[in-house]
Amino acid sequence: MNDLLQVCEFNAAYARTIDTDALEQWPAFFADDCHYRITHVENEREGLPAGIVYADSRAMLEDRVSALREANIYERQRYRHVLGMPVITKAEAGAIEAETPFIVARIMATGQTELFASGAYHDRFARRDGRLRLASRVAVCDSTAIDTLLALPL
Amino acid sequence: MNTVTAQPASQPVKWHDRSLTRVPYSAYTDPALYAHEQQRLFQGPSWNYLCLEAELTDAGSYRSTFIGETPVVVVRDADGEIYGFENRCAHRGALIVLDKCGHAESFQCVYHAWSYNRQGDLTGVAFEQGVQGQGGMPKSFCKEEHGPRKLRIASFCGLVFGSFDDDVPTIEEYLGEEICERIERVLHKPVQVIGRFTQALPNNWKLYVENVKDSYHASLLHLFFTTFELNRLSQKGGVIVDASGGNHVSYSMIDPQAEKDASYKDQGLRSDTDRYRLKDPTLLQGFKEYDDGVTLQILSVFPGFVLQQIQNCLAVRQVLPKGTDRTELNWTYLGYADDTPEQRQVRLKQSNLIGPAGFISMEDGAVGGFVQRGIAGAAGQSAVLEMGGDSAESSEGRATEASVRGFWKAYRKQMGTQIDLRGDAL
Repeated sequence: MNDLLQVCEFNAAYARTIDTDALEQWPAFFADDCHYRITHVENEREGLPAGIVYADSRAMLEDRVSALREANIYERQRYRHVLGMPVITKAEAGAIEAETPFIVARIMATGQTELFASGAYHDRFARRDGRLRLASRVAVCDSTAIDTLLALPL
Repeated sequence: MNTVTAQPASQPVKWHDRSLTRVPYSAYTDPALYAHEQQRLFQGPSWNYLCLEAELTDAGSYRSTFIGETPVVVVRDADGEIYGFENRCAHRGALIVLDKCGHAESFQCVYHAWSYNRQGDLTGVAFEQGVQGQGGMPKSFCKEEHGPRKLRIASFCGLVFGSFDDDVPTIEEYLGEEICERIERVLHKPVQVIGRFTQALPNNWKLYVENVKDSYHASLLHLFFTTFELNRLSQKGGVIVDASGGNHVSYSMIDPQAEKDASYKDQGLRSDTDRYRLKDPTLLQGFKEYDDGVTLQILSVFPGFVLQQIQNCLAVRQVLPKGTDRTELNWTYLGYADDTPEQRQVRLKQSNLIGPAGFISMEDGAVGGFVQRGIAGAAGQSAVLEMGGDSAESSEGRATEASVRGFWKAYRKQMGTQIDLRGDAL
């Protein structure tokens, strides 16, 4: 399978995992020693490093899932990710860099659906034994504002 | 029950006349009260947080923001001083500045090219003399008599505040000594912005400000620390409410004696409570940077400013009303300019605690909306604020709503619906 198709397949599985509430499987898309961050275009443009979610290990992503399940209080909600075609910006033997646009609708327990986020994943994949894992995923949102709260990951 | 009616007389919000322990729900929904707040409170004798001095680094640096709903511009001029003025062209009222921030020699409205210097003076009117003898402004038109309203600007520890009122007390007087000390404690050296995020809250602005001041809810709503057993029994805390009621600090700190006792008890408890533990405890691994042992300090300045220190995680928050049931919460995450790379990384990791997705703050984004939705149709009913009594004074411990009552004390004074605790005629 070529790089583009492999990234597409990876992203489809990633989105499905979050959208079907299989959050426990979400960290497995990342390498042990990974970077995951949710930010927006203005912070990126100015080089400001903070994120509303900021992880530098897969264990931190697992902790976030545990917190969402056991500790944090938020109204029942789910997402629908719609991912665009990736642009492969760099491809080497063990690594791929790609950018993939996303749109995420949020569906609340009340039945209301709204556009929650749009943006692009800025990714670095590591390939091991033919499988891709995220060494880094930065979800760069187009909007600087988050409505109410962000519980589920992007 | 005797009630007093807010001015003007048509105001439908009925306030309890003798006590701060009741808040009419209509205070969060009434459009007339909301409009009245803009005028009496945000444009009245209050200091409104605008930005950081660190964001206006050199001559011409500007930011556009809001006081209440009113758009304003804050800019540093060549004399090094910071100036502020309404972001409204004196001609037709269009916005003068469209960008959130930038660098400008001067400002020009895009509509008819009226121009302004960095201090907000009207300096140019396009075709003022007409074109080829036709048109133009009348000879009597005097540019000095026109211009956006100017702000009084005050800076304290690098925080820039603005006021529309010429008679507002000095910023130091407005904050009071204790609040000044607590701001100085955190902002004792230059800071750097490390990120900005906006959270759109589905509720009246006052519900968020009350939440910030409400030390009672912290351990009940926010279960992150409890679930992962990160609470320290050996913490003690308190609430400081200033004389006006409007400014507050809630804090917790390590109690060294209790720490010693608790560590003994911990030995026996560990075995049966290892169900939930962080897999990556480096999330909260910090470093000691304040000698006083204070691990959490939440400070608010009336009407809508918050300075936060949660362990090594520093931020300021600006609360902006956007309608009776919409609020914009602007988070600015901070580090110190002299942070080592390791210290900066600690702050970035601890920032998972705060903001729109924060382990201990995401709930605050939602509860205001729960109230706003819950009180629909209950305009005649009131919220109850009796935890810790009926006063609005500093106290030990955090099971109190003293600083929430303090907010209403300051609010009602500024809105002209003062309470009369002695029962005298108003």
